[in-house]
Amino acid sequence: MKTNGSPSLHDRLALSVRDIPRSGIRDFFDIVSTMRDVISLGIGEPDFDTPWHVRESTVFAIERGATHYTSNLGYLELRQALAGYVHKKFGVGYNPATEVLVTVGVSEALDLALRAILNPGDEVLYHEPCYVSYRPVILFAHGVPRAVETRASDGFRLTRAMLEAQVTERTKVLMLNFPNNPTGAVMHRKDLEEIAAFARERDLLVITDEIYAELTYDNAHVSIASLPEMRPRTLFLHGFSKAWAMTGYRLGYACGPAEWIDAMMKIHQYTMLCASSLGQKAAIEALARPDGDIGAMVDEYRRRRNFLVASFQELGIECSRPAGAFYAFPNIAKFGLTAKAFALKLLEEERVAVVPGTAFGACGEGFVRCAYATNLEQIKEAMQRLQRFLKRLG
Amino acid sequence: MDELLIILQKNACAAHADIAKQLDLSLEEVERKIADYEQRGVIRGYQAVLNEDALNLDTVTAVIEVKVTPERSGGFNRIADRLSRFPEVRSAYLMSGAYDLLLFVEGRNLRAVAAFVSEKLSTVDGVISTSTHFMLKTYKRLGVLMEPSHEDERLTISP
Repeated sequence: MKTNGSPSLHDRLALSVRDIPRSGIRDFFDIVSTMRDVISLGIGEPDFDTPWHVRESTVFAIERGATHYTSNLGYLELRQALAGYVHKKFGVGYNPATEVLVTVGVSEALDLALRAILNPGDEVLYHEPCYVSYRPVILFAHGVPRAVETRASDGFRLTRAMLEAQVTERTKVLMLNFPNNPTGAVMHRKDLEEIAAFARERDLLVITDEIYAELTYDNAHVSIASLPEMRPRTLFLHGFSKAWAMTGYRLGYACGPAEWIDAMMKIHQYTMLCASSLGQKAAIEALARPDGDIGAMVDEYRRRRNFLVASFQELGIECSRPAGAFYAFPNIAKFGLTAKAFALKLLEEERVAVVPGTAFGACGEGFVRCAYATNLEQIKEAMQRLQRFLKRLG
Repeated sequence: MDELLIILQKNACAAHADIAKQLDLSLEEVERKIADYEQRGVIRGYQAVLNEDALNLDTVTAVIEVKVTPERSGGFNRIADRLSRFPEVRSAYLMSGAYDLLLFVEGRNLRAVAAFVSEKLSTVDGVISTSTHFMLKTYKRLGVLMEPSHEDERLTISP
């Protein structure tokens, strides 16, 4: 809509938005969605159905007429249940009246958390490869992203030395995501203690996205928020998408110091008002009977993880053994193609979709993300196709 | 329960090599464990789960509640065993509540089931009464839904 000399709409877009590329995942999706008979290892959500008792309770919530605005923070009953769950599972206590905010997925919580904290020019440390939204949400909040590269040789764990190399006087926040999308990496207690000491010494705030916390396969999950003296500087983010297979409900939450939660609530109340009442009712039900469904899912994911890692080994593909989430991040550099070219060629020739590692940060070059949130028959077929593909590559 | 059994219960045809990879075991270990379960009678057999409604068989299945007199020695076991040996009886359970044994009985047609109940079942010593219900349609058997499952509604690629 260009009219006599006025700048084009493109030129009038906010620079903080215009200059950010679309997600690499989005581009890849556009290609995959034109093809048939594709086996997708590119899906970042569970293949399990939402537990039936949760779905059934959603129907009941509609019948009862729970279809109105809720408190900005979320139903108090839900916040109480969340505080109880977080205390029991992660060992950190929060006051449901002032320290818990229910959000539209962890994605909204992350956006609120950064906007509530950052002034223009404040720096945020985060580790790559990472979830696709981290860098963009920092930029939308007028912060300066500082990526720290994690490496396959360390099992994609974060170390203090890596952070030391990137921290500056302007660094205000450290963002963590373990178990990690896309690498499946986890941090053990001793790894986290090192990071926590660093955060305390540098007086950094910490945002920890623990959406995959229930999905660990070798050791129990530890939250950095539970470590000594971390609670006052840490915002804990979690939600129902992964462990309860409730992605479409869009339900997440933040727990943290009251001042931080209150600042987030201000943005949330003026932009979102509240998370969906139905999603909140479903979440109350999910927490009322938490463990049976999740335990069976975790066992199934673990078996698939084992299968996938063993298959990569047979094919001579290097892959750090993922211990959480539902992703493997194998190294495909030795086949002489970029991650994007590898993924495109594999898709075109064998109809197997994987996501190029570069979608998760530049240091993902040479890797692809394979999600095992797909049934074993599909994974097995995908591995057979991959074997054919690699044979031809030579 | 042993994960090996969980896998087999879901898919008895699962390739042993695939099971080995899922459980971080060698193929030999998996085969040895299965042989052991078979020998000990933990694994009693392997069957296909059929959607019989789709086969248009004219057979009928009845669920029969049976009240019996337990015996001084052996309680319900001897009579339950005796009833279970009829080939018409597909499954048999001892129940709590208003009746004692629950039988799933299959017959060529309604008349055949009726004949089984009146001529064989009711005349067995110790059987006090029976109550027969005919099955009309199967929605789920052995944990398997009979209607084809819905399409995967997830996006093919997502973050």
